[in-house]
Amino acid sequence: MKEYPQLGSKDTRSGFGIGLLEAGKRNENVVALCADLIGSVRMDLFQEAFPERMIECGIAEANMIGIAAGLALSGKVAFASSFAAFSTGRVYDQIRQAVAYSNTNVKIAGSHAGITLGEDGATHQILEDIGMMKMLPNMVVLNPCDHNQTIAATIAAAEYNGPVYIRYGRPKVPVFIPEDMPFEIGKAIVLSEGTDVTLVATGHLVWEALQAAKILEEQGISAEVIDIHTIKPLDNEAILKSVAKTNCIVGCEEHQFNGGLNESIAQLLVRNNPKPMEFIGIDDSFGESGTPDALMEKYGLKANNIVEAAKRVIARK
Amino acid sequence: MATITELQDIATQVRRDIIRMTNSVSSGHPGGSLGCADVMTALYFEIMDLNVENYKREGNGEDMFFLSNGHISPVLYSVLARRGYFPVQELATFRRLGTRLQGHPSVHDNLPGVRQASGSLGQGLSVGIGAALAKKYNSCDKLVFTLHGDGELQEGQIWEAVMFAGANHVDNLISIIDVNGLQIDGSTDQVCSLGNLRAKFEAFDWSIVEMQGNDMQDTVRGLNQAKQQAKQGKPVVVLMQTQMGYGVDFMQNKNKWHGTPPNDEQAATALAQLKETLGDY
Repeated sequence: MKEYPQLGSKDTRSGFGIGLLEAGKRNENVVALCADLIGSVRMDLFQEAFPERMIECGIAEANMIGIAAGLALSGKVAFASSFAAFSTGRVYDQIRQAVAYSNTNVKIAGSHAGITLGEDGATHQILEDIGMMKMLPNMVVLNPCDHNQTIAATIAAAEYNGPVYIRYGRPKVPVFIPEDMPFEIGKAIVLSEGTDVTLVATGHLVWEALQAAKILEEQGISAEVIDIHTIKPLDNEAILKSVAKTNCIVGCEEHQFNGGLNESIAQLLVRNNPKPMEFIGIDDSFGESGTPDALMEKYGLKANNIVEAAKRVIARK
Repeated sequence: MATITELQDIATQVRRDIIRMTNSVSSGHPGGSLGCADVMTALYFEIMDLNVENYKREGNGEDMFFLSNGHISPVLYSVLARRGYFPVQELATFRRLGTRLQGHPSVHDNLPGVRQASGSLGQGLSVGIGAALAKKYNSCDKLVFTLHGDGELQEGQIWEAVMFAGANHVDNLISIIDVNGLQIDGSTDQVCSLGNLRAKFEAFDWSIVEMQGNDMQDTVRGLNQAKQQAKQGKPVVVLMQTQMGYGVDFMQNKNKWHGTPPNDEQAATALAQLKETLGDY
């Protein structure tokens, strides 16, 4: 299989910060809004470079989304960010009416998403954001997998005209996507080709899927690994093409099964080419405090869990 | 410059439009629409600096208006049509399948004059702040106006926005509150009292204007005063006293007419009280 050497260890939120800074350099209409978490969501780089284009809203996320919409309909590219729990669920109605239905050029940025937020616990570990955002018409949903891809995804979001949700995380995780790898919204990336099973992963789980594919290869099983950085619009063609070859699939994500990538894939397969599928993710439960790694292990999101799921799904063919 | 009489004539025709629109589809919100017919007429025909012929959603180089209480869409649509944003005949499509005149304002069919969807209450002030900030970024010296129901002030987001605008000196923003004292479940005092609105806005460092919103002369005076108080470092709020249902005797000051359309008989009675000044659509 194709090797992706680990290039370092960085947080995806820092990738967002670098991407936003770059987007701000490319387009003077890019503005940023935050609700008292500028450093945490890594808008600090943008703030230092463009202090006049950084709008501190205070702890008032609903107002932040509305202001972002007003700026966007007036011609600005408005990035509004908080922890993903507060920039999506807390303000769902504001996003629905002022961003999605009004089709304003607002980029909802959700940091500290998923269970890998760690010690802060379930109030902050949102595992429902992808579902909420993907259900909204007009909304593009991005969930890049590492630092470098988050830079590229943020720049792509700024250049896309319309509502976007971009999800990223807090912990330092392996960097493995080459800096020069092309990024296109809605275009999945086949990281490694295989013939026995398709591993489709998003966000932090892409690295785990690659590690799983390595283990499977050692055991004589050829796995295809697909990086889904865009959950909506989903690259149906890439997934169906792979499944036509492997005849089974494992979906891997740091999100509830309900509403997540797994659900989107299952819907796609049922309507087009029903095949055995296994889910890696959170099965209708909240998270809890712990280190990111301990939580990944407890909730079954590690490479070894993907290996087991792959064997189960192959056996069901 | 329109005369007060000319503005009153337009507002009367707008009231006819509101009655006919809501009656013809047996749905919609006539009460607040009738109460705000005067201020909306004054804004669009006298107060705001608009580029009607070359309408663009971005609104650069002109004053902008945002209706936060989207349920009073009939008065917005009528005033926009009468001002020339789209043909008055299109008012006949209100709330019908395929219309651009959705029950609550929408942008997805690009109806000229509607820049943002509203209907879920409490959001328009934030949107107006964003548009006002964009004007400052763009060095545009025009103003942003927003209109809100008084019951809408029970939404928490309003007070997030009030705090932000005061703290950040968003002084190119004029927000009008339709103080008719009524909401769906009763009077605002019964449902959840708004208390002393003037003191509340003053405490958030807003500049205050008070006016009688069903007296055209005082409405024009109050809105001009608001423009004078703008750009002095503080956002401006206009506390506008109106009566729900104003202009139709049996609807006046009755919260039943918030979201109840007149039936044929009631519509005929109402129209008999409202002179056809500009010609019905």
